This record gives sequence, structure tokens and C-alpha cells, in this order.
Amino acid sequence: MTANTQARHEALGLTRDQLLEMYYYMLLTRRIDERLWLLQRGGKIPFVISPQGAEAAQVGGAYAFRRNQDWFLPYYRDLGINLVAGVTPREIMLSAFARRSDPSSGGKQMPNHWGNRGANVVSGSSPVTTQLLHAVGIAQASRMRGDDVVVYTCCGEGSANQGDWHEALNWAGLHNLPVIFMVQNNQYAISVPLEKQVAGGSIAARGKGYGMPGVQVDGTDLLAVYEAFKEAHDRAMRGEGPSLIEALCLRITSHSSDDDQRRYRSAEEIEAMKAGDPLTKIKHYLAEHGLLDDAGSAEIDVRVKAEVDDATEWAESQPYADPEFALSQVYGEG
Amino acid sequence: MAVLNFLEAVRETLRAEMRRDKDVWVVGEDVGKKGGVFGATLGLFDEFGDQRVQDSPLTESAIVGVGIGAALYGSKPVCEIQFADFIFPAFNQIISEAAKMRYRSDGDWTVPMVIRAPFGGGVHGGLYHSQSVEQYFTSTAGLKVVVPSTPYDVKGLLAAAIRDPDPVLFFEHKGLYRAIKGEVPEGDYIIPIGKADVKRDGTDITVITYGKAVHFCLEAAEELAKEGHSALVLDLRTLLPLDREAIMTAARKTGKVLIVHEAGKTHGIGAEVAALIAEECLFDLDAPVQRLCGPDIPAMPYAGPMEKFYMLSPEKCLEAMRTLAQF
Repeated sequence: MTANTQARHEALGLTRDQLLEMYYYMLLTRRIDERLWLLQRGGKIPFVISPQGAEAAQVGGAYAFRRNQDWFLPYYRDLGINLVAGVTPREIMLSAFARRSDPSSGGKQMPNHWGNRGANVVSGSSPVTTQLLHAVGIAQASRMRGDDVVVYTCCGEGSANQGDWHEALNWAGLHNLPVIFMVQNNQYAISVPLEKQVAGGSIAARGKGYGMPGVQVDGTDLLAVYEAFKEAHDRAMRGEGPSLIEALCLRITSHSSDDDQRRYRSAEEIEAMKAGDPLTKIKHYLAEHGLLDDAGSAEIDVRVKAEVDDATEWAESQPYADPEFALSQVYGEG
Repeated sequence: MAVLNFLEAVRETLRAEMRRDKDVWVVGEDVGKKGGVFGATLGLFDEFGDQRVQDSPLTESAIVGVGIGAALYGSKPVCEIQFADFIFPAFNQIISEAAKMRYRSDGDWTVPMVIRAPFGGGVHGGLYHSQSVEQYFTSTAGLKVVVPSTPYDVKGLLAAAIRDPDPVLFFEHKGLYRAIKGEVPEGDYIIPIGKADVKRDGTDITVITYGKAVHFCLEAAEELAKEGHSALVLDLRTLLPLDREAIMTAARKTGKVLIVHEAGKTHGIGAEVAALIAEECLFDLDAPVQRLCGPDIPAMPYAGPMEKFYMLSPEKCLEAMRTLAQF
């Protein structure tokens, strides 16, 4: 960096410490996911579904929100969103091991069906985009009470074809509600590529039809994502309504641990993703601007590894719920 | 004590609950200035404004999905589906989300909401304005399904539904809206969800029913009495959860049971009630359990003669009740 040009993060009002914290969350997201794959392949947990290739989109997006004030309705890949919102690695691992103290569900739900009351992360399900309507309802109810809340919700590009997706954007646009809709476009809906899923080729362009700005952003570029979300969040707080952000991401892993993407993607295509890895990009940025040297980088690596080790060992040692727990929480006290 | 028709009871209960609790709000198609296509929300817009009496876009999944979100935030939406026949776009939201939210989150997240919908035939509504859809929902734990038959029950049950901590489907037979009047106390009262009601006591046969068929069966019971047979008429009022005790008590009392509903027979409420009686009361029975239900066809046809063929009537009920009484 030369003395007379401002670095991009500074132009966005981010300090070195903030940027390093974002990097830490991206790395934590990646390392937790890598550990989950090891655990799955080792037969210790049944299922994994990954954020790899979307860490910049998730952490850059989440960073524009206010922890413990704004609300989050993420989708199943949104590990990074959860971590920035305040969910701990131990809590993530409890869910992966389906233990009784898993805050999402006590082990009833599959992993990545997030839910954390303390972090304003609302319980989600498997049918896609149902949560977008919940996000709109939360925004509506919070406005009725005069509360200052901005709502995050997200899905993949394949899901942007669901009826609920369109109904949610229409409703949010009609009422000018403070909701930020993110679509993490990783080019594949399991095995079906974008060109066979999305008419017109652009999710962002759909925003205009619902009366809100729709922007497309490089989802592997942490600062670009943060900038788009900061602007959308500022708009929401000014009462200017919803935004749609399409983040172009990578899907480095197969859809899930039950999928093998080598059956429908070429080896060259899979290999080419390495060059665009968001973690590589941000590490390069940090080095280029003299923000993180090798020693500092190693320090973060050690810290993240220790947290992942601790979370894994601790969560595995926690008990399952009793079988009869299956009968609990069908109805509340009338 | 005021005499209200069924529809007025719905409206006045909504008004009372909205006055009582500012978190209660109404959302649906045409519920605002128009007051709903049946008039269930007439006048509420003027009193409570366009936020608490909110016209929705023509999107049933969103009416329910946005309602779920609002309920997650702590408000109490009363969602109106204009006709029960149009509830299916919202099926996923009801079954996958509302019904499972408490369960899947270990009670951290709950959905205290009401979904009102007019249902039932006999009003020249054809296939898509006549259906009885309750049986699609009654096999889903996590939901409550309520079907009132009188203005008094409407008030007590709708108030209970709005104050309930879980999602309640509240089905109103549209054939009752203006046809049935009754006394409704002005003060606040609740009828517990899950409690059936003996609408007429009797000793020879037991008729278990709900919705508009309650009135057909009561009328038929009057006629049957003239023939010397005494019929007990049990109004289920809540289909989920079923009032097992009331069903068993009523079955044991007479030993002869007829189940009557407008919805189709196969896999219907009657099948569940009959199975319960078979499991618990077999040796108290003096006759096989009988069912009088809608025919197993896709929906109710439009033309008058076919509609009449489908619909229940006091005459059809009387015939089935007489046959059972004479068994």
C-alpha cells in the first residue's frame, strides 16, 4: 500500500482489527466444515452440508448486521452467518453430533438447520425458501411494535425459483420492509447448473420487478460483499425498504456428504475453483496491505484449530437426549 | 346476552380480541375496506386501521408464511384464507413450518397463530368453493383443528384459538354464516380447545358429528324422538386433538354409534373415531359403528341435483339414525 491511496477496507470504514476478525470468522467457518467432513467420513456424524466457497459472502454479509439486535433467517450453508451472529463452535458441534444440548433442536433436526434464540437466529427447515416469508413477517411485526430491526434471510440460486421466494420479495417490496434477501449463487442446484435453472440468467435482475434494488456482487470478495450489505443495511435503517443481493459464490465441495459432484462437473471445473477460493483471496489482500504477517497468520491458525478441537471433543462427550425426548414439545401449555 | 348469527359471532370475537390485545391483527385477501368476501371482518378496518386489518396480496402461502414470521416475533396474527379450497398453496407453510416449529426447536420458537377459513358446501360453490379440507390437517401433530357449529361456540373457541400458544386452524362452515343464530353472552369467555359438547342428550343411539351436520342431526333427532327413539348428539368441536373421553363416554352410554360428516368417508375423521371406539369400547357396543359421510369423489359438483346428491341433509341423517336405532 502506498501512502497516498486508501486501502479498500479503510474506504469502507473498517479497521485492521475488524478486518482481521472477519478473516478469523472466515477461517473458523472453513476449519469447522473441514472437521465435519472428517467426522462424517470417519463415521462419527451422519451428514455434512458445506459453506466452502461462500465464506466471504457469509461473513462479509453478516458483518453489516448488528449482533443481538438484527434477526437472521439463514439457509443451510450459512455457517459463517451463524458464527458472526454469535453462535459458538461448541453449539455448532452439538448440532452436528445431534446431542441433547444442541440449541437448534436438542438433536431432533439434521445439522445446519440452525436456530438459536439467544443470537436471534430463527429455526429453519429443509423445504427451501419458507424462511423468506418468515423474515418478512418478522420485519412486519417488528415495525408494528416500532422496533429497530433489520432482517437477514438467504437461500441458494436454485431456490430463487420457488413460489415462496417471489411471494416474499413481493410482500417486502409492497410494504417497504427492512429485509435483506441474499442469494448465494454457487451455480449449482445439487447437480443442475444455473443455465438450466434460472431464466434470464440473473437473480439480481429480479429485484427490480419487486420494487427493490437488486445487485450482483462477487461473493468471493469479502470487501465487495460487505460494501453491498452495508449499503443495503443503511437503506433499511433509513426506512428505504428491502434489498436483494446476489452473491456469486463457489461450491467447492459436493452438494452434501451424500453427493459426489464428480458425476456432473468436470475435473477441470472443480480444479479451477481453487484460484477463486475466497480464503486465498482475503489472505492475499491482508498480506499485500501488510496487515497480517506469517507469524500473525500462524497465530490465527493455532487459535482456530484449538477452538475446533475443543468444540469437537466437548460436543462428542455430551449426552444424547433420552429416546422419549422424541415425544416432547408437540404442544405448549394451553 | 345478544342474539348473533354465526358470522357476527366471528366478527365480534375478532373485534373483542383486537381490543383486548394490541398484538392481535388480521391479514388476508379483501379483509380490509371490503371486510372480507363474507363480511367476517366488516368494520374492523375502520376501527383498527390498515396495519392491523391488512389486505394481503393474492398469495396464500405468504398469508400463512408472513403470519408465522409475525408469530415468531411475538405478535398474534389471525390469517384469513378466503375459501378453505385455496389453502393448499399454504400447505407447506402449515405442515412443514407452523406445525413443526415448537417441536423442532425444542420449544425455543413457537407459532401462536390462527388460520381461519370458510369451508363446506351446499352454497352452489362447485368443486373449489365447497370442500371440507379438515382431514388433510388432522393427521399432523403440532396443529390444532377447530370446527364450531354455533355462535356461542364460535366466540368461546375463537377467543381460545387466538390465545392459544400453538397454531390453530379454525374452519367455519360457510353454510352456517347467516343460517344459524344463537345467544352469545357479552362478557369474555373461553371454550377449551379439545373439548366436545353434548348438544342433545339421549339414550338409544349416539351421533358423533361436527360443523353444519350438527344442525342436521339435531333436526333429525327431533323427528326420531317422535318415532320413539332417543338420540344423543355429540358435537366434536375440536378435531385435533380429539376429545377421546367424551367420545368413549357417549359411545358407552347408548352402545350404538353413528358418525356423520360432510367430508369424504375414506380415511376421514369418522375412521379415526370408529377406530377409537373399536379399541376402547367394543364390548359396550350393541351394533356395528356406522358412518354417514360425503361420497369418495374428488369434490362437490356445481349443478344443483349433483350438489344435493353430495350434501348431507336432515332427511339423510334421519334415515341413518333410524336404521341404527332399529338395529
